[in-house]
Amino acid sequence: MKKSKFDLAVGLFVATGILALVFLAMKVGNLTGLETSEGYRVEARFDNIGGLKVRAPVKSAGVVVGRVDSITLDSQTYEAKAILRIDQNYKFSKDTIASILTSGLLGEQYVSLEAGGDSVYLGQGDRISKTQPAMIMEKLISQFLFNKASESTGTTK
Amino acid sequence: MSNVIEMIEGLGRTVLNGLARLGLAGRFFLAIMMVIGVPVRRFSLLVRELYFSGVRSLLIIVVSGMFVGMVLAIQGYEVLQRFGSSETLGVLVALSLVRELGPVVTALLFAGRAGSAVTAEIGLMQATDQIAAMDMMAVNPIARIISPRFLASVVSMPLLACLFSTAGVFGAYLVGVKLIGIDDGSFWSQMQAGVDFRLDIINGLIKSLVFGVAVGLIAVFEGYYAPPTAEGVSSATTRTVVTSSLAVLMLDFVLTVWMFRGLNG
Repeated sequence: MKKSKFDLAVGLFVATGILALVFLAMKVGNLTGLETSEGYRVEARFDNIGGLKVRAPVKSAGVVVGRVDSITLDSQTYEAKAILRIDQNYKFSKDTIASILTSGLLGEQYVSLEAGGDSVYLGQGDRISKTQPAMIMEKLISQFLFNKASESTGTTK
Repeated sequence: MSNVIEMIEGLGRTVLNGLARLGLAGRFFLAIMMVIGVPVRRFSLLVRELYFSGVRSLLIIVVSGMFVGMVLAIQGYEVLQRFGSSETLGVLVALSLVRELGPVVTALLFAGRAGSAVTAEIGLMQATDQIAAMDMMAVNPIARIISPRFLASVVSMPLLACLFSTAGVFGAYLVGVKLIGIDDGSFWSQMQAGVDFRLDIINGLIKSLVFGVAVGLIAVFEGYYAPPTAEGVSSATTRTVVTSSLAVLMLDFVLTVWMFRGLNG
C-alpha cells in the first residue's frame, strides 16, 4: 500500500483528539472517582427530603462514600424513599443514622451517615431505620414565628 | 388582487421548494449511507479528507478554544466573586465548554472553515463536469467523492470538539489560576467534582457527532446540487455556512432539552 503524505498528520490529529478526550475524562471529569466502582444499595426513608437530588453525594465524616441512586415516594406511608449506593469498601453498622444536610449556606444537599455501634453491618437491600429529614426553611421560620406568637400571648395574659 | 394571489403563490412555491429540497437531502443522505463502507475500505480516501477537513481546522479550533476559555474565566470570575465563590470558576468554565460551547462553536467554526471549502470543491467539480465524467467511467461519484468528505466531517467533529474544550480549560486555567490567582487545587478539584463523565462529556460528544452529520451532509449536499455556474457555486458556499450554522444551533436546542432537562428533578 502506498504511503500518503497525509498519513502522519492525520494520525497525529486523531491521536491528539483522543488524548484530549482522555484529558477531559481524567482531569476535568471524574471518571476515576467512585462512579465506576460497584457498591451495595441501601434504602432510607425520610419524612421530607427537601432539595435532595438524584446523584447527590452520600458522605460520612465529610468523605464521599456513595451517591443517591433514586428517590421515590412511597404511596402507602407518604415517605420519601431514597436508595443510596454505597461503595463496597465502606461498611456501616445497622444502626447508622442517615440525615439530610446542606453543604455551606447555599450549597447542595447531601446525605450524611453517622455510624452507630452495632456489630452487624448493612448489606445489599437493607434499610436504614434511623433517619433525620431535611430542614425546610419555611417550616423553621413558621415554627419560630409560632413560638414567638405563643410567647407574646403568654405574657399578656 | 392578482398581486395578492401572486404573493400567495410565491409563498406556496417557496414552502414547497423547501420541502422538496429537504426530501432530496434525505434521499441524498440515504445514498451516502449506502456507500459509507467505501471510504472505510479505501482508507486513503478518508485520510486525505480528514487531512483537509480536520487537520487544517486544528489551528483555528485550538486558538479559538483557548480564547473562549480565557474570556469565560474573566467573565465568570467577575460574577462569581460577587458571591464569594470564585473557586467554582473551574466548574463553570468546564461545564459550559464541555456541554455547550465546545460542540457548538466547533461546529460553527468547522462549517465556516471546512464545510464551505467542501461545498466549493464539489460545486466546482460539478460545474466543470468532473462528476459527470466520473459517472461515465462507471465510478460512483457519491462513493468516491461525497462519502469520504461526509465521513471525514463526522469523524473529525468530536475530535475537534474535545480539543476545543481542552484548549478552553487550559485557557481558563491560565487566566484563572496564573493571572487572577484562584487556588490551583480548588480549581481542579471543584471541576472534577462538578463534571460527570457520562452525563457531561459523553453527551457533549454525542452532540458534536450529530453536528458532524448535519454540517457534513449540508456541505456535500449544497456542493453536489450547486448550479453549475460561478454564481451558483458561490451562493451554494454561502448557503452551506448559513444553513449549517442554523441547523447546529437548532439541533443544539433540541439535544439540550433532550439531554439536560429534568436533570435536577
